[in-house]
Amino acid sequence: MKRLIVLLLLLASPLMAVQPDEVLEDPALEARARDISTGLRCLVCRNESIDESNAELARDLRILLRERLVAGDTDEEAVAYIVDRYGEYVLLKPTTTGANLLLWLAGPAMLLIAAGLGWNFLRGRARVDETSAVDGLSDDEKERLRRILED
Amino acid sequence: MITELGHFALILAFMVAIVQTVVPLIGAAKRWPSWMLFSEPAAIAQCLLTGFAFAALVWAFATSDFSLRIVVENSHSLKPMLYKISGTWGNHEGSMLLWVLIVALFGATAALFGQGLPPTLKARVLAMQAAIGVAFYAFILFTSNPFDRLPVAPFDGRDLNPLLQDPGLAFHPPFLYLGYVGLSMAFSFAVAALIEGRVDAAWGRWVRPWTLAAWIFLTIGIALGSWWAYYELGWGGFWFWDPVENASFMPWLLAAALLHSAIVVEKREALKSWTILLAIIAFGFSLIGTFIVRSGLLTSVHAFANDPERGVFILFILVAFIGGALILFAARAQAMEAKGLFGMVSRESALVLNNILLAVSSFVVFFGTMWPMVAEMMFDRKLSVGAPFFNAAFTPFMVVLGIALPLGSMLPWKRGRLGRVAWQLRYAFVLAVSLAVLVWVLQTSRSALGPVGLFLGAWITFGAAVDLWSRTGRTGGFRRLMRLPGADWGKAIAHTGLGVTIFAIAGLTAWEVEDIRVARIGETFDVGGFSFTLDGVREVEGPNYFSTMADVQVQKDGREIATLNPEKRTYPVAAMPTTEAAIDYRFLRDVYVVIGDQQDDGGWVMRTYIKPLANWIWGGCILMALGGLFSLSDRRFRVAAGARKAPVSGVPAE
Repeated sequence: MKRLIVLLLLLASPLMAVQPDEVLEDPALEARARDISTGLRCLVCRNESIDESNAELARDLRILLRERLVAGDTDEEAVAYIVDRYGEYVLLKPTTTGANLLLWLAGPAMLLIAAGLGWNFLRGRARVDETSAVDGLSDDEKERLRRILED
Repeated sequence: MITELGHFALILAFMVAIVQTVVPLIGAAKRWPSWMLFSEPAAIAQCLLTGFAFAALVWAFATSDFSLRIVVENSHSLKPMLYKISGTWGNHEGSMLLWVLIVALFGATAALFGQGLPPTLKARVLAMQAAIGVAFYAFILFTSNPFDRLPVAPFDGRDLNPLLQDPGLAFHPPFLYLGYVGLSMAFSFAVAALIEGRVDAAWGRWVRPWTLAAWIFLTIGIALGSWWAYYELGWGGFWFWDPVENASFMPWLLAAALLHSAIVVEKREALKSWTILLAIIAFGFSLIGTFIVRSGLLTSVHAFANDPERGVFILFILVAFIGGALILFAARAQAMEAKGLFGMVSRESALVLNNILLAVSSFVVFFGTMWPMVAEMMFDRKLSVGAPFFNAAFTPFMVVLGIALPLGSMLPWKRGRLGRVAWQLRYAFVLAVSLAVLVWVLQTSRSALGPVGLFLGAWITFGAAVDLWSRTGRTGGFRRLMRLPGADWGKAIAHTGLGVTIFAIAGLTAWEVEDIRVARIGETFDVGGFSFTLDGVREVEGPNYFSTMADVQVQKDGREIATLNPEKRTYPVAAMPTTEAAIDYRFLRDVYVVIGDQQDDGGWVMRTYIKPLANWIWGGCILMALGGLFSLSDRRFRVAAGARKAPVSGVPAE
């Protein structure tokens, strides 16, 4: 329970996310910083980006990110700089390298499989439709359904 | 004393559930009517006993009985009564008791209202429901007993987490649980049908109201949780793709798929084995959701109560029930050949598409939620899967679903022509495109998100209206419209709700305005067409907290429209601070103000947001739930329970 309280303290301290003193002078640069921050994870929080988080560490990361941008890094360089130091755990949007390909391709692959199965099933239904003129329930089955519904 | 009676009642309910699992199953196999009939009084008795146990626990919380461990850990004598009572389920043990109470409640409801069910099916359904109950009674009694006494009772409790002391969150878990557990009925029906070896249109008609009810409750529960996050967490986020949110979202998607595929079973006797499988998987995801929340295996914002050992127990329940049901499914599925025949372009095919999109999108959410764990175990990579992934991987499914929805929902059964339906929808399409183009021209940002969201929302909404109007026939007119069956209205309202929510999410994301600054007392500043004046900041004392409260005057066009009081609170007992945003709820946009720390120069940090269409997100959810209710009120379902002659469905085949 104590552990939980500590975690919750981290998560809900009254400090707010981006502080006015962090905001960069140049609006274009600041917009880039905000955009990148929403994709970087606050490492001590539970599933919060550094843009949303109140934690001290998130603030440090925000400032670090802005320093890199002011120093002239591109977005990719700035992110790479932080990933080099904090590991890929910091990325909320996983990379598409190595095993992560599985993650990114799982959805489309599943969709293809489902679409294939669905198409096959529908074609089967439609073909039966052409070959046999009988529609729906047989008389016997209709009678059974009627009885079931009346029970 | 009452506590001991409650504990005793719970143990009795456990015993009743065990007998209720065994006796009716034997009765159904041997065709012994009295053994089958035993399931009904048993289900009712089990529900009453569990209800008594739950009432005893509520009583302990309401009277602040600090000899109970969980009351000490989650309550405080000064806490307002509403939160004393909601504290009953604001913790692990109590919430599991609520869970099993709802299992028993659904069982008793089926026993009372399932008069039209064939005796063997009914006996088997109630036995399955009791089996689920047995697993959870055992879980509660052996690993998380809410009736644990302390040897020495302290003078006062440790208070409930202040974030949970909120009306929105007081009712969020019960609704979610009603939804999760409602799916257990669909599961019990599916397994009972597998044991019977028979699925027909009547089965589809029986299982649909339960699925519909579960889906309505899930919709409300998720909306409440999201609304709570919006006003409580202090920056107006409403959805975080947090594992625990995903845990409730996956069953919602699958329940939506299930209630659509059950229509096909009911009306056309096709998709039978798929519907059974879906019912099993949907409840499986409810159990996975419980597992995720209770085990703390996947760390998340919601880790209010978790314990790994309990997680293993739930995992065991999950494997036993879902594994068992899937084996049964594999053995029996071939017996259920489809009856209905239909062309490639038909309502049936459209509903197959609906099911593919909903099921695969749910799979994507599942894969993304579990991936960090899989990657760590299998590939030794510690990584995160957060909102950006889900937004990218999940949204396309909803876009396709939104485009296809109006077309598919108007296609006739058996065989249709896409061109004909498209022609019927031409005005809806033109109107939706015009609106989107208009907004594209008017908006200042270059993002396509807002216009696309507006197009989808308008297309779905107008499509639903056209669909509803077409149901009146050529000569029907307004009077006929009013007399359409509840299912038709339910469909139109629920689809409209989806359209509204899609539009609102896109609009809020695209057009939100944010401002962060240090404001001095008396200073006025402008954000998004409103001007704000920080009039003052004062210290206020609440019943169980201290608060720093600001007075912010909001003006529009020189007229004062609201005074907002954002707060920072500290709860001394739980030693926890919270931010209380002040929100001026308006029809088209919310004005959202948060106060932060005082700066060295005497100014205060203030964050101000203009959040367009925020209310519409939950308005859409309310519409969806309302649509579900309309559909549930349809005469067919009531008639199906005990009627002499069930009317033919309201949808004529062409």
